[in-house]
Amino acid sequence: MMNRWHVVKRLLPLLAVMALLLSACGREDLSTLNPQGPVAEEQFGLMKLSISIMVLVVVVVFAIAIYVLIRFRRRPGDKTIPVQVEGNHKLEIIWTVIPLVLLVILGVPTIQSVFGLAKDYSKDENAVQIKVTAHQYWWEFDYPQYGVKTAQEMIIPTNAVISIEAKTADVIHSFWIPSLAGKIDTNPGGNVNRMYFEAPKSGVYLGKCAELCGPSHAYMDFKVKAVDEASFERWVAGMKAPAEMPSDPEIAELFASQCLTCHAVGDKGGTIYPNLTGMGDRLAVAGFLINTDDPQYKNEGTVYDNLVRWIADPQEVKPGNNMPKVDLTQQEIEAIAKYLSEQKLDY
Amino acid sequence: MAHGHAVKRYSGLMDWLTTVDHKKIGVLYLIAGGFFFLIGGLEAILIRIQLWKPLNDFVSPDTYNELLTMHGTTMIFLAAMPILFALMNAIVPLQIGARDVAFPFLNSLGFWTFFFGGVLLNVSWFTGGAPDAGWTSYVPLASDTYSADKGVDYYVMGLQIAGIGTLVGGINFLVTIINMRAPGMSFMRMPMFTWSAFIASALILFAFPALTVGLVALMFDRLFSANFFNVANGGNVVLWEHIFWIFGHPEVYILILPAFGIISEVVSTFSRKRLFGYSSMVFATVLIGFLGFMVWAHHMFTTGLGPIANALFSIATMLIAVPTGIKIFNWLFTMWGGSIRFNVANLFAIGFIPTFVMGGVTGVMLAAAPADYQYHDTYFVVAHFHYVIVGGLVLGIFAGLFYWWPKMFGRMLNEGLGKITFWTFFIGFHLTFFVQHFLGLLGMPRRIYTYQDGLGLNGMNLISTVGAILMGIGTIVFLINIIVTAKKPKNLSNDPWEDGRTLEWAIPSPAPEYNFAQTPLVRGYDALWKEKMDGNKGMTPAEPLGPIHMPSPSILPFIMSIGLFIAGFGFMYNHYIVAIIGLVITFACMFLRSVIDDHGFHIEPDEMHDKGVKG
Amino acid sequence: MSAHSHVDGQLPHEPEKATLEGRNKVLGFWLFLGGETVLFGTLFGAYLTLRHQVGDGNPTSQELFDLTLVAIATFILLTSSLTSVFAIQAMHKNQVKAMLNWLIVTVLLGLGFLILEIYEFLHYLHLGHGFTTSAFSSSFYTLVGFHGAHVAFGIFWITLLIIQVFKRGLNTTTAPKVYVAGLYWHFIDVVWVFIFTVVYLMGKVG
Repeated sequence: MMNRWHVVKRLLPLLAVMALLLSACGREDLSTLNPQGPVAEEQFGLMKLSISIMVLVVVVVFAIAIYVLIRFRRRPGDKTIPVQVEGNHKLEIIWTVIPLVLLVILGVPTIQSVFGLAKDYSKDENAVQIKVTAHQYWWEFDYPQYGVKTAQEMIIPTNAVISIEAKTADVIHSFWIPSLAGKIDTNPGGNVNRMYFEAPKSGVYLGKCAELCGPSHAYMDFKVKAVDEASFERWVAGMKAPAEMPSDPEIAELFASQCLTCHAVGDKGGTIYPNLTGMGDRLAVAGFLINTDDPQYKNEGTVYDNLVRWIADPQEVKPGNNMPKVDLTQQEIEAIAKYLSEQKLDY
Repeated sequence: MAHGHAVKRYSGLMDWLTTVDHKKIGVLYLIAGGFFFLIGGLEAILIRIQLWKPLNDFVSPDTYNELLTMHGTTMIFLAAMPILFALMNAIVPLQIGARDVAFPFLNSLGFWTFFFGGVLLNVSWFTGGAPDAGWTSYVPLASDTYSADKGVDYYVMGLQIAGIGTLVGGINFLVTIINMRAPGMSFMRMPMFTWSAFIASALILFAFPALTVGLVALMFDRLFSANFFNVANGGNVVLWEHIFWIFGHPEVYILILPAFGIISEVVSTFSRKRLFGYSSMVFATVLIGFLGFMVWAHHMFTTGLGPIANALFSIATMLIAVPTGIKIFNWLFTMWGGSIRFNVANLFAIGFIPTFVMGGVTGVMLAAAPADYQYHDTYFVVAHFHYVIVGGLVLGIFAGLFYWWPKMFGRMLNEGLGKITFWTFFIGFHLTFFVQHFLGLLGMPRRIYTYQDGLGLNGMNLISTVGAILMGIGTIVFLINIIVTAKKPKNLSNDPWEDGRTLEWAIPSPAPEYNFAQTPLVRGYDALWKEKMDGNKGMTPAEPLGPIHMPSPSILPFIMSIGLFIAGFGFMYNHYIVAIIGLVITFACMFLRSVIDDHGFHIEPDEMHDKGVKG
Repeated sequence: MSAHSHVDGQLPHEPEKATLEGRNKVLGFWLFLGGETVLFGTLFGAYLTLRHQVGDGNPTSQELFDLTLVAIATFILLTSSLTSVFAIQAMHKNQVKAMLNWLIVTVLLGLGFLILEIYEFLHYLHLGHGFTTSAFSSSFYTLVGFHGAHVAFGIFWITLLIIQVFKRGLNTTTAPKVYVAGLYWHFIDVVWVFIFTVVYLMGKVG
């Protein structure tokens, strides 16, 4: 460790400039250049180190290139024959050895980090275990320690290591939260991948699918919401609370027959498709329709509007997804959307 | 000396369909590769139009996935490689002082299988959907469960047929370079372009069969319900990733090494200086080719191979930077002390060097596995490989085309239009791809159909689209240049650049059918330059003037490839009768080729003089 | 220079390498076999990855493989390699008739091997080991079947060469063809040795 820092220190001036340039680059909730947790920070550190070395290389090459091009340009009518140099052993050794040294400077922390980030927290009692299952085109988050399963929004406590076990139910996806940690592929067939991360600062972080998975690959977003421990406990309790069905018995009947066959609310319903508990305070509908009371863009709206839009024509929002156009009238859709938008966990 | 039979010699279209002349096959490769380059470029422009603003719906998501898949597949297999094959065919035999390639018939077969494979792949646009699982076609997305339409079948079938052509071409160049060199042309006197073609061909030989196996396995899964990648029956999807990249990474070097060779030739010629550190250049080329097979899993850092594999492949990948660095500095020091001429060919070569360095350093950054967890499958990767493939390979191809156009066609491309092409393409290129590094770092995954508004990605995506359009304009100007040039008279000397160093500049422009009236005697590296410096007018002949044996033209390669084309359709649509008919056509041609002896024909010395060719 | 200046009976010692065309063909074929090695190497890789993926209730390699039958097939194919060596030796001594005879023996042995293999495959099918049964079965049939297809192609090819040499005699055009066909035949034998070891022996012991 000491040795590595010793070498890095020499690059510090350059590094400082680079760091200034790179830090505070991009959004806090999305940019790899603005890391919000220790894992992303470690990766960012390696990125800064490699960028610094590479900028050095590029500057040297550009400087030589520009000098050569200006100094040795052919003047009009120049018929002279330059000296035909075969090579120069000293120079050739220099530009073989220096890159090797630079690679050692980069290679040592790379290997340390590869093994560091491969640490397995899956048996750690203090870590929050989350089983991530990717589907075309949504994310399922299972918390076996708490007996809770949710979709699209991963709620995590700020004070614990989050240990991820990732797999897929269909094609390969890739689980990525740029500002918290690099990605890991979700493989099918029992080929489980693990990673961990921490989010010491509470807030919302944007998650992406990073592996082409079909027509709605671009829409396969999710959110990670880091909250304090007490909120997290409240959220778990809320998720496990008995479901409150729509007050209108007709709508309740309809909701049970048309929605709960696949989706769950609280302790009721099926589990094969996304869990709908607490839709009212989710950040997005179907991952890509952002819930906001002040919509600015095409994919934004209130929870209620987004739910209506989604239920009315799921294929229009996310082509190729498995949700059918359910046999409901416009009034029924609106009633169900209203009911769902009022389901809040208030954690 | 027994004379060959009178061989029917064709003209017009039939000449092109039956030719076994490496120079004409080179032109065929250039036309076909150029055509597919335009198609791939059009697909790229459509992709950039879709992404010019957030939440755009210029094309549908399905079409978008088809576009990105076909753009990658077309550019790699049907544009970049064939155009390199065009230059290799046109120039390598000339550089080693050979009259022809080792296997003229197979050379033609290689072209036609590539061509029909490419056509088959592109027919998919008109038959209900092009392949849409990415040029990597990762399973299960590319399996029949998740890509039920025929698109991926076209990918599998088209690439297998085109792959045969590539493999045949690779073997042909290897044997040509080993066996057909002129007297005195030892390996360590070969021009760098020939060296790079040699190593690239060796990589083709050892990389393409792996792809073939992968494609066959995927085809068996899709067409005959095999279980290679079917997880439910014990298949393994990571196996596809391994097979694909065991082929796919050497493929990158198959593309870039010949570009390195071109740059070495152009920079040296237009600096009027010997290539600096020739032997270390050769060594670096061989080393890059060797290491190219050791690093495939750096495409799979996020697959979950474990820290040991990731660490090993990180280090192995970083090592490639060393031989690549040697090359960069050798080029810079070739120019050092030289007399640098800024014509279009050299502008492209000079533009190549810093651009490729930028692509190379991001490659080293990507090699650091933990950082790659962040870069992987983002626009950072898109920027990186376009820097090496467009900024490296395509600039290299342009340099090579401007440089060797006179030797291929006997006319010099227009310098003024060429400079417009260079500046629009070069600036457009950097506009398009430089910002993409940052798009990736700011959290934009690759291969996404659209992106949300308000994430800070809008401005750079717009810049990128503008750049792409500039590149398109540069390409159109190049096409205009070709047309303008084609109308000029053919009146060039042997050595129109006047600084030519290698053997191709010792013979007329364009080269006659038999290349060298008399096989030259090579007395050193930069064979022609050495003669010039010794005050000789041209090469010393190594043999007396005599009749030259030439291979006969043949229509069989064309028909064989059509047979494979037909068989491909038969397999895809489960019409096995059609498939068998196609295969029978192909095998019948092989049979005919085996039983009919090709005696070729002879060109007599007086015929050469009749054509006004100097001996 | 000319490929046709020699008439029968005046062939050089190594007629396959007497002309540039011949030397090109031999070298090119060696390189082609290099590519084929990668092809089979990849098939072996796929097989080794998938060979334990048998699925529920399907026969395993231990249950399936009958080493006696395979050993006989191996013996036949290895013998055919030897007879092809005799053929090439005869060619080098310019004994055309002996060469043809040895080639015919080689083809017949190849046919015998192929018949055994077809019988073996039919037997496996009967035991419920079809091409689509499991990942193991798919990779098994693809690997062994690719080899079988190579044997079949070799049989056709050498038969064709026998007819050609019979009609036109041995010269500097036909000699390289016979020589590379011999190389090809050795290659598929070597591949079979690996199949016998990796597929059958390793499959039997676990």
